Amino acid sequence: MTRPTRRRFLRDATLGGGALALPWLPAWAQPVSAGLATPLQTVSGTDIALTVAHRMMTIDGKPSHAIGINGTVPGPLIRLKQGQNVRLAVTNTLDEDTSIHWHGLLLPFQMDGVPGISFPGIPARTTFTYDFPVIQAGTYWYHSHSGLQEQMGHYGPIVIDPEGADPVQADREHVIVLSDHSPLHPHAIFRRLKLQGGYFNYQKQTFAGLLAGRDQPLKERLMWGGMRMDPTDVSDVTGATYSYLVNGHGPADNWTALFAPGERVRLRIVNASAMTNFNVRIPGLTLTVVQADGQNVKPVAVDELQIAVAETYDVLVGPATPQAYTLVAEAWDRSGMARATLAPRPGMVAPVPALRTRPLATMKDMGMGAMAGMSGVDHAAPAACPPEHAAMGHCTPAGDTGMAGMKHGMRDFANAPELPKTPVVQTVAPMPVDRTGEPPQGLADAGHRVLVYRDLVALDRNPDLRAPSRQLRIHLTGNMERYMWAFDGVKLNAVVAPIPFRQGERVRVTLVNDTMMAHPIHLHGHFFELVTGHGDHAPRKHTINVAPGGTATFDLTADAPGDWAFHCHLLYHMHAGMMQVVTVRPDGEAGAGA
Amino acid sequence: MRPLVLIATIATAAPAAAQMHDMRGMHMPGMTMPPPKKAPARPKPAKTAPARKTPRAANPKPAAMPGMDMTAPTPASCQPEHAAMGHCSPTPAATTADAPPNMPAGTDQPAGNAPPPAPPTTLAAARFYDPATMARANRTMRDEHGGMRFAQILFNLAEVQVRRGRDGYRWDGAGWFGGDIDRLVVKSEGEGGFGDRIDDAEVQALYSRAIDPYWNLQAGVRQDLGMGAHRTYATVGIEGLAPYWFDVEGALFLSDKGDLLARAEAWYDQRITQRLILQPRIELNLAAQDMPASRVGAGLSTAELGLRLRYEIKRELAPYVGVSWDGRYGATARYARSDGQDHGGVALALGLRTWF
Repeated sequence: MTRPTRRRFLRDATLGGGALALPWLPAWAQPVSAGLATPLQTVSGTDIALTVAHRMMTIDGKPSHAIGINGTVPGPLIRLKQGQNVRLAVTNTLDEDTSIHWHGLLLPFQMDGVPGISFPGIPARTTFTYDFPVIQAGTYWYHSHSGLQEQMGHYGPIVIDPEGADPVQADREHVIVLSDHSPLHPHAIFRRLKLQGGYFNYQKQTFAGLLAGRDQPLKERLMWGGMRMDPTDVSDVTGATYSYLVNGHGPADNWTALFAPGERVRLRIVNASAMTNFNVRIPGLTLTVVQADGQNVKPVAVDELQIAVAETYDVLVGPATPQAYTLVAEAWDRSGMARATLAPRPGMVAPVPALRTRPLATMKDMGMGAMAGMSGVDHAAPAACPPEHAAMGHCTPAGDTGMAGMKHGMRDFANAPELPKTPVVQTVAPMPVDRTGEPPQGLADAGHRVLVYRDLVALDRNPDLRAPSRQLRIHLTGNMERYMWAFDGVKLNAVVAPIPFRQGERVRVTLVNDTMMAHPIHLHGHFFELVTGHGDHAPRKHTINVAPGGTATFDLTADAPGDWAFHCHLLYHMHAGMMQVVTVRPDGEAGAGA
Repeated sequence: MRPLVLIATIATAAPAAAQMHDMRGMHMPGMTMPPPKKAPARPKPAKTAPARKTPRAANPKPAAMPGMDMTAPTPASCQPEHAAMGHCSPTPAATTADAPPNMPAGTDQPAGNAPPPAPPTTLAAARFYDPATMARANRTMRDEHGGMRFAQILFNLAEVQVRRGRDGYRWDGAGWFGGDIDRLVVKSEGEGGFGDRIDDAEVQALYSRAIDPYWNLQAGVRQDLGMGAHRTYATVGIEGLAPYWFDVEGALFLSDKGDLLARAEAWYDQRITQRLILQPRIELNLAAQDMPASRVGAGLSTAELGLRLRYEIKRELAPYVGVSWDGRYGATARYARSDGQDHGGVALALGLRTWF
């Protein structure tokens, strides 16, 4: 795998005819794609012009309003080379401000593209030129950070080829941009959520379901009802309004990626959704994960992986026979799917598996980790309270605490004395446990190999091996009834101080999810190393999906001076207030110039 | 690996454990042992006993363990909490990379307890862009992430009531404007007969404040309209979601004549299917005194029970059919009889639950 092999550059112009039928799509996203091994229809080089504009797109035959870049949704693939400089001139033809954030790229903060934090934004009918060196390689993406434009199609992929030999060798590659799209204006979606948090959930538990013996038994329903918690609350915005897209195409469009049998095919998967985590699988093929969030990892073979919003995964597949395969990207609440086909010839299709039963949240998803463990076969002390956490005082080994935890209510601030008692804090996880070793929500009983965060091991040794000099706990809090979301119980509009870091310091950050929903948390301008027991080969990520009622811990070297956005990448959670500003300043500068 | 994490913590951070490993003889320039209570949290003593044996068995290179020459900083000799105290400097990564393979490396090491820096009060981007423009953009950005205001008008009841003798109508709705915490709320409810004056009607204007995740405290004024006396009341009440998903409202009304009224209202949405919903509802009105001008008597004056089955074409639009029973009690019933009205009964309700 790590030995360089001859790379085949495929040139396939015979399929360009698709462009006539659907002229607003770039070649790499045409319904039948020859693959990306040829540098076709991408933007690259040192000077790149991007134009943001309103446009119509067609999904499964239905026209829908969108915001595109250079006439396409998703925007063009930006293909760069590690070590180059790039100037990206972004022209805004909208009637409102826009912006582009380069998701996952390490760059000077004033080029990061977050209005109000890194720059003022790009006003209507003006051009802003981003200019920065490209110091990394891998699969990334870009999107608007203004308003809710991202939901309307304002996103696209970035691929950066490494300066040296790519340790991941493939005969062919395809970029797979997953997204969700609604005919509703995003502000209409957000308003509906504010007025009725469960507006889009048409998979709730019903009386008919009770009679039919589906879902929870009555006793459990009563218990959950008593806590005012809905176990079907998995995704806030669902297939009731969303179409799930692969490279801008609906499931019926059946975007197709070509391969020749025997080839090793690299799929660069980007989740550019506003609100949807996807369960990705290709029945009949093993997915060998080789990169996560643009950073190479030791190959992991799985049958399915969940890609959270804003994450990227590169996987290798080896289709040996000349048959079609279906790429299934099932929405995490199973309310719909994105679908594509891998085939040796255009027009071939493979069976599309039915949607599986939607998951129900469990007691563990409410943060009763150790208690949930007690009801199981063993007390699961190592899982519930790893020794390193016990050493940090994060928890005490289970057994003696289980019963004590049982006494805790769902909003007992004794479990998080640092939290303010605001209406944003609907619940406080009584016994949150690190869940990075567990399959993501709904995949525990998938019946095959599912990627868990602990499977990820960095291919290269981490650049900073110091022990963290301090630690920080950040609570992910929310209120589904009022649709309020915040870090540490304070929405960004009410926040008075940023989260400060000293330049160069290394800090251990534990995210505690006090809510019953997963939150993909993204830090701009940095990679952090997940504390998942892999020492100096910890996987480096820019986005970590924190499981419901669970915790996730990472070590961060704050080496990029400036102000950076830090937020939940579920778009409407961020918009509702689940965002903060992280400052990285040289020691001594803090508080200066007040 | 985990026992080693433990032992590293114990050996370097916990004085008692450190002494067991005989660190007193070490050469540690400028270093003062922290007092016991300053030591970071560590496993209970019971846990240390089995762990203590592990490193020697597991690590054949005692040089890296207690007893080694700690003049040159190594990961074990310069724990972060000591570094934070200025006792030593953290190890460069290169040195750590050369650490024996069995030592905890990178993210396996425990974290220290240095204090956080003070949060800055300036915008870093103001160095690169016009500070006034940047400050404006920053305010906008903050307002856009959590500071939005919304408005809604919701009619839980908007119906025709078909009953023996006289058909009528009934409404119960509210509108609000504001943010997550503070809102202006207008409520209205009432009923009447076709071809007749409005029997009862009232409008409330309230300031509403979220006081916890589920409950709002509301205060303001109520104005009665309709056939009775047009009284004005000072109002205080609560509204929210009770355990088991009951929507509950309760309010006290003090009139400009000193009369005290109370109301309690609750309903529950039982999903039969995803769109077919059965809503039982109850409303009770009480009075502390007889109010002949308003045709209200002391005690429980009116009670209303309803059972309505709606179909949500969409969430905002749900036609329903149901039954509504209402009764008047005590003096209120007597007032009604003397006015030639019935004192209650059952009605078929046909209506539209709607919000926009």
